[in-house]
Amino acid sequence: MIKAILVFNNHGKPRLSKFYQHFTEDVQQQIIRETFQLVSKREDNVCNFLEGGSLIAGEDYKLIYRHYATLYFVFCVDSSESELGILDLIQVLVETLDKCFENVCELDLIFHVDRVHYILQEIVMGGMVLETNMADIIAHVQAQDKLEKNEAGLSAAPARAVSAIKSVNLPSLPAGINLPNLPSFK
Amino acid sequence: MSDMIRGIRASKDCEGSYVAMCLVEIKRELKVNSIDVKANAIQKLLYLQLLGYDISWAAFNMIEVSSSSRFTYKRIGYLVSSQCFHDDTDVIMLATNMIRKDLNSHNIYHAGAALSSLSCFMTPDLARDLVNDILSLISSTRPYLRKKSVLVLYKVLLRYPEALRPVFHRLKDHIEDPDPGVQCAAVNVVSELARHNPKNYLFLAPQFFKLMSTSTNNWMLIKIIKLFGSLVPLEPRLAKKLHEPLINMLHNTTAVSLLYECINTVIAGDTETGLSVCLQKLRGLMEDPDQNLRYLGLLAVSRVIKRHPKAVAHYKGIVMDCLEDKDESIRRRALDLLYAMVSRKSLMEIVKKLVSHMETAEGTTYRGELLCKIVEVCSHSNYQYVSNFEWYVSVLVELTKMEGVRHGEMLARQLMDVAIRVTAIRGYTVEQMASVLENEALLSTAAQRVGLSEVLFAAAWIAGEFREFLPSPWSTLAAMLDHKVLGLPGHIQSIYLQNSFKIYSRLLQEREPNDCVPSLTQTMVDSLRPFAESNNLEVQERACIGLELLKYVKKLEDKGVNVVDEVVVLFDGSLNPVAPKAQRKVPVPPGLDLDVWINEPPKATFDDGILDTLHVFGVDAIDVRKELDDDELKRLRKQRKSERDNNPHYLKSPTRSRGSQPTEVAVGLPPDSGVASASAELNSATINDKRGGKSRRKRGKKLVNVDVVGVRCDVIELEMPDGAKSSDDNMENDPHKKLNVNLDKDDKDADYQMVNKSVSVSHTQVAKGEVNDVNAKSAETKRKQK
Repeated sequence: MIKAILVFNNHGKPRLSKFYQHFTEDVQQQIIRETFQLVSKREDNVCNFLEGGSLIAGEDYKLIYRHYATLYFVFCVDSSESELGILDLIQVLVETLDKCFENVCELDLIFHVDRVHYILQEIVMGGMVLETNMADIIAHVQAQDKLEKNEAGLSAAPARAVSAIKSVNLPSLPAGINLPNLPSFK
Repeated sequence: MSDMIRGIRASKDCEGSYVAMCLVEIKRELKVNSIDVKANAIQKLLYLQLLGYDISWAAFNMIEVSSSSRFTYKRIGYLVSSQCFHDDTDVIMLATNMIRKDLNSHNIYHAGAALSSLSCFMTPDLARDLVNDILSLISSTRPYLRKKSVLVLYKVLLRYPEALRPVFHRLKDHIEDPDPGVQCAAVNVVSELARHNPKNYLFLAPQFFKLMSTSTNNWMLIKIIKLFGSLVPLEPRLAKKLHEPLINMLHNTTAVSLLYECINTVIAGDTETGLSVCLQKLRGLMEDPDQNLRYLGLLAVSRVIKRHPKAVAHYKGIVMDCLEDKDESIRRRALDLLYAMVSRKSLMEIVKKLVSHMETAEGTTYRGELLCKIVEVCSHSNYQYVSNFEWYVSVLVELTKMEGVRHGEMLARQLMDVAIRVTAIRGYTVEQMASVLENEALLSTAAQRVGLSEVLFAAAWIAGEFREFLPSPWSTLAAMLDHKVLGLPGHIQSIYLQNSFKIYSRLLQEREPNDCVPSLTQTMVDSLRPFAESNNLEVQERACIGLELLKYVKKLEDKGVNVVDEVVVLFDGSLNPVAPKAQRKVPVPPGLDLDVWINEPPKATFDDGILDTLHVFGVDAIDVRKELDDDELKRLRKQRKSERDNNPHYLKSPTRSRGSQPTEVAVGLPPDSGVASASAELNSATINDKRGGKSRRKRGKKLVNVDVVGVRCDVIELEMPDGAKSSDDNMENDPHKKLNVNLDKDDKDADYQMVNKSVSVSHTQVAKGEVNDVNAKSAETKRKQK
């Protein structure tokens, strides 16, 4: 069983946190900080498995992590999960994110936390692995997105228009427009 | 939401105040009537929860939003509630009907969202109420729903174990579901259940075997093999049967993950040929450049070591290399393995390497671990492997001098242990300890370094107890009474004082009478004076006692009476080490009945005032005692015992000998037994020394002769009462005990009815009482079936 899934950046700021066991928010933040401290000390060519930490002290939990550019993806699992399998799963998650967001970067995770959660919900449910086939995962995610879009339909058109305009990159007008001499009507 | 996020990111310094502002706005939005606005607010709360702010106050709103008919809002509501709901959230009960509606919705994604979030906050009530709906979902036509509901069933079973039989009956049909995803999910759930209660799932082995031979899905294969790994220890025939296909898989598979799992299961199966194949493959893994594979190889080898420690002896080279790896996880694993790889000859080499490691290691925790490991390895099974105790003692002393060592207590204990139990080495040890004590530099830094001061504790004690070996008692004595000692912690100072008296007694013995005794006594008195003014109670007490004693000695000496012998007798006798469980194993002497009243029970002659106050404290046993006599007592005792035997929930403690209550033993024993005399001596011994937990017994010493090249060392065994054997502690801590149900018997109708009954019961009764009722009912139905 997976006990928690954490994603944080190189400075320890959390980008995604999913705990499959209840902890209060301050305990959660403490866990994130501790995990960050453990994981950030690791160099790049050591193994991806860690033991030791408040979440996992004394019990048979391990931290399995992968470092992608500026983000750490950490899964906290117990001995019923295959370690190499979980490593693959992290890879599947990242690739799915990439497909759904088109060249995903950290900003995407920040501004679309909910979408990331929805994608995660198709992969891991309640601490157990639901689906590992990328095609299936993406199919379901896209079906649900379509459902949302259809629902939004007409009533969301103005909202969508506004958000569309916000993201349009208007070319800046040149500072002084020199009009050519126009023939004047007489 | 993105505006809020941008705002938070922009306000890096005053994030708190900006978030507070946002929270105010969110609260305002939640009061607006539009579900659109509410959903937006809830979405913002999701981000805030990620940052660590508590959002449970909005629980009701989350449910409100999830009850919307639009998928967009429903989804948001369910997601945020899955992040924040838990067992104590009171509004969960309101959600039950809403979740039920969604589970039965025609839109699979509505049901899917409900299931996903339900798996995160399943409570016993929800489990009981929704189990039937979820059961109906697992036979849905859409594999998506089947898959999700199968996984949720595991959570249901965890919180509502009574449903195990009917649920499992339906669940096992899906192990052969046409859709591979559903199959995988079912296997997942069964393997989780089987991990905790493997013997109940043995009957599924043939089905899984078939699945294993036909499937190609790697994930499922891994799960099945792991499942077999937990079943195999219970059924040796299974191991034999699995041997062939597993070995084939081992050789043919390309997926390393699968290979690794096969290795693990073959190790669990414990067959000769299997083991040799595994070891071969593991060697390949450990020499692989990929760090992950090396780690896994070490992990698997540590499993082999538990059963066959000698089989891996020739891996020593690889393990020693791993010890020097810069990867901490690998080093830790290698450390664990070392334990099994030591032998008489290799111990010194290994420890030398470990010590040099300690010097170069960064981080005090790693050093601490290394230290513990060194000590553990050396002291394993009564110092079986230590051939040269002098070397061991010097290693311990060297470890003390190292920087950043926090395990001073352990070192101290080891030193004392070795000094007491290895008689031959006492001379050497005492010399070493004397040098430690006289080392001025050590003394001055000891005040700051807690670990070191504990070793001084041991050093002082050893020097005092075995004072006959001291090379130069005068200088040791001077060091122990030095004014720098005042800087040490209190308990250490008191040990110093006590042992300085012992050394004093020895010095008295050696000097000729009338020669230097007065001057010796005078110096003692002078050095003791500052201690008598100490703030620490114990130090002061000992110093004062000492001063009085010395005054008395001086008076007598001045009169010309020789008191040397008397002083010596004060500190005479030796203590032997006692096994930790010895107290429990003391057999009760015949003729002692601990259930009989030792004295007459006190007659109740209290006036009302006191009775009232006693009542407040819940003591109304006084009245009861008045009426009870022997027969009553016997009857009550019998009744209690039969109750206990019939109560399935009563946990019986392991049978202990009756002598486990020390006070009663001391009181009730006949006066001529050895224990009574020992306890008398105990009283006098407490003046002399602190001996946490160990008591004096005058029983025979058992010597274990450690036959060794060169030095013949006798290690004194830990003492136990005659005839007692040492036992292991057994601790049972199984959270899945309730799921330990025998699933072979197929009585689905009765159990299904029970599930239905309990569902209707829940609607009428209060939550807490009914679980016990259901328990009782299930116990009844079980008895009927029998």
